[in-house]
Amino acid sequence: MLEIKNLHARIAEDGTEILRGVDLKVKAGEVAAIMGPNGSGKSTLSYVLAGREDYEVTEGDILFNGESVLDMDPAERSAAGLFLAFQYPMEIPGVATMEFLKVAMNAQRKARGQEELKIPELMKRVRGAAEELDMDMSMLKRPLNVGFSGGEKKRAEILQMKLLEPALCVLDETDSGLDIDALKIVADGVNAMRSPDRAIVVITHYQRLLDYIVPDSVHVLYKGRVVKSGDKVLAQELEKSGYAGLVGEAA
Amino acid sequence: MNIQTQIKRTAAEDALLQAFAERAEYLPGNTAVAEKRNAAVEVLKRGLPNRKVEAWHYTDLRRLLSSVPAFDLTAHAAPREPLLAGSAVLPVLNGVAGRAEVPEGISVASMAAKLTDGSLASLLGPDEADDTVSAINAAFAADGFAIDIPAGTALERPIELQNVQAGGQAHTRFAVRAGEGAKATIVERQTGEGDALVSSVSHLDVGDGAEILWLIIQEQPEGASHLGQINVRIGKDVKLTMFVMNAGGKLVRQELRLVAEGQGSEFRLRGVNLLSGQTHCEVTMVLDHVGPATVSTETIRNVVTDRAEGAFQGQIRVAREAQKTDAKMACNTLLLSDEGSFSAKPELEIFADDVACGHGATVTEIEADHLFYLMARGIDEKTARGLLVKAFVAEVIEELENEPVIEALEAKLDAWFAQHG
Repeated sequence: MLEIKNLHARIAEDGTEILRGVDLKVKAGEVAAIMGPNGSGKSTLSYVLAGREDYEVTEGDILFNGESVLDMDPAERSAAGLFLAFQYPMEIPGVATMEFLKVAMNAQRKARGQEELKIPELMKRVRGAAEELDMDMSMLKRPLNVGFSGGEKKRAEILQMKLLEPALCVLDETDSGLDIDALKIVADGVNAMRSPDRAIVVITHYQRLLDYIVPDSVHVLYKGRVVKSGDKVLAQELEKSGYAGLVGEAA
Repeated sequence: MNIQTQIKRTAAEDALLQAFAERAEYLPGNTAVAEKRNAAVEVLKRGLPNRKVEAWHYTDLRRLLSSVPAFDLTAHAAPREPLLAGSAVLPVLNGVAGRAEVPEGISVASMAAKLTDGSLASLLGPDEADDTVSAINAAFAADGFAIDIPAGTALERPIELQNVQAGGQAHTRFAVRAGEGAKATIVERQTGEGDALVSSVSHLDVGDGAEILWLIIQEQPEGASHLGQINVRIGKDVKLTMFVMNAGGKLVRQELRLVAEGQGSEFRLRGVNLLSGQTHCEVTMVLDHVGPATVSTETIRNVVTDRAEGAFQGQIRVAREAQKTDAKMACNTLLLSDEGSFSAKPELEIFADDVACGHGATVTEIEADHLFYLMARGIDEKTARGLLVKAFVAEVIEELENEPVIEALEAKLDAWFAQHG
């Protein structure tokens, strides 16, 4: 489903190279974890996948269902089925959360040739998804992410993911800032989305999240490259011995 | 001794004086009113203010008012649907008061009657030599409405003062007195269809303990020049919210002059200026805190596209006796075009020593982060930009905390964005 080939990317503004030849394949139905120390390029990778303009791809390609997404803008990538759950979801004053959900869901439905959802059906879906995530509907009356706690923001991201039903979910440090109860709720939300025709990429610094979202494959990103791949055992080893050993191997 | 250099009059200045010469004998008013009109014309004879006059620095009226159309007394203007459903509409059509719906419990008179008997002559300006809006209006105003809301009256239906121009010139006056403890929502609607010169001057007297929401909706067509002014006296323990929306016109100046006389009053000004094409639009506020312990907040949000230019002058004066004044003013602009501009001039004049006053002004573009976030959810760039621009101004509208009003104003926003977004 997702194939990243020799991906090089730099910060557009100052030309600093962050990704230095990332190779990664994720199949439909697979949950892949990307781990790595701070500064290894994890968040950059997620932004480049989503099409953020602050980064320039200088070499390589990103194939989604066999087609390059590099010429697509973020909206087109999203409509094609790619979803990024942000590490730091933006607060957008003045945009009501409900209104945003309505516009986003219908934009995607339109792009996929489906009919727009009527308000009652839309409300029903939102209410259902919010209940599963133990979210209060009153939160959704507020402006998007404004005044939400860290945990509420992460839940709101998962809520959007459930509602938009993407084919590829990329979760960027979704565990950061969550207490253990919130972590379980979020993990349950993600696990409920596991499906044979969907791929999930979990980006995380710590192994903790992977106790709840058990990955099929684990990849270690270091200095902008995938330096080691394995299964869930690799994540447990990293938890015990840290990144230091690996870093030595790679260097 | 002053030596005044005689400068050549502009076409607009000539046209104004010519129009007065033609119209004067038909204008309503007793001797007191006629004297006021003549005094106003004397001010106009000295010429329209240019940018060297401080109050007009950002709106060089002499240059910008390039022509003044003749009165068109035969033109027809029809009343509009009110902004808020169920409003009692008091229409002024092409400068003449039309059939008014008078809500129970209040008294309404035509301004023509009040000028004829001279009872409101004292409200005619100008107060100062640079008070040009008042001067033009005092010279020509023929009609409008005078409204009295008795003490203790809570109006359920909003009142809409609807000034509809039909080209030519229209000079209108409104005077509203809200008695002690009165409650009302009043919409001052400035609209029409022609390339008119409009002046509209309102007086609002808010009695002790009254709660008033006053909305000025200016949506003139792109060829019209609009000079608006409202003069407000705020009594004791008043809650007054004023909202100004400018969404049209070629040359627009809206003046707000407020005096917070009584103790313990709260005043809010929220403004939204939607500027497109070649509009020039200025909002000018002078607020005097005279009584102690009054609170005021002013927030102006501007969206500037195309080659539009805008300005906000906000002057807050705190008298020596006005201790414990709390005043906060902000002017935020979203600049969507390199060719557009917006100037903000906040001024604080504080003579009391125990006050909290602040002001701030920002000019920003759409935040790239916000745009990315919305697009990452599948919302195309144009729609995402539209959402963010609307959000920028919707924030101040939502502060009005009145659902029907918020909905009506957001519908106005949507209509504007559909046309200019």
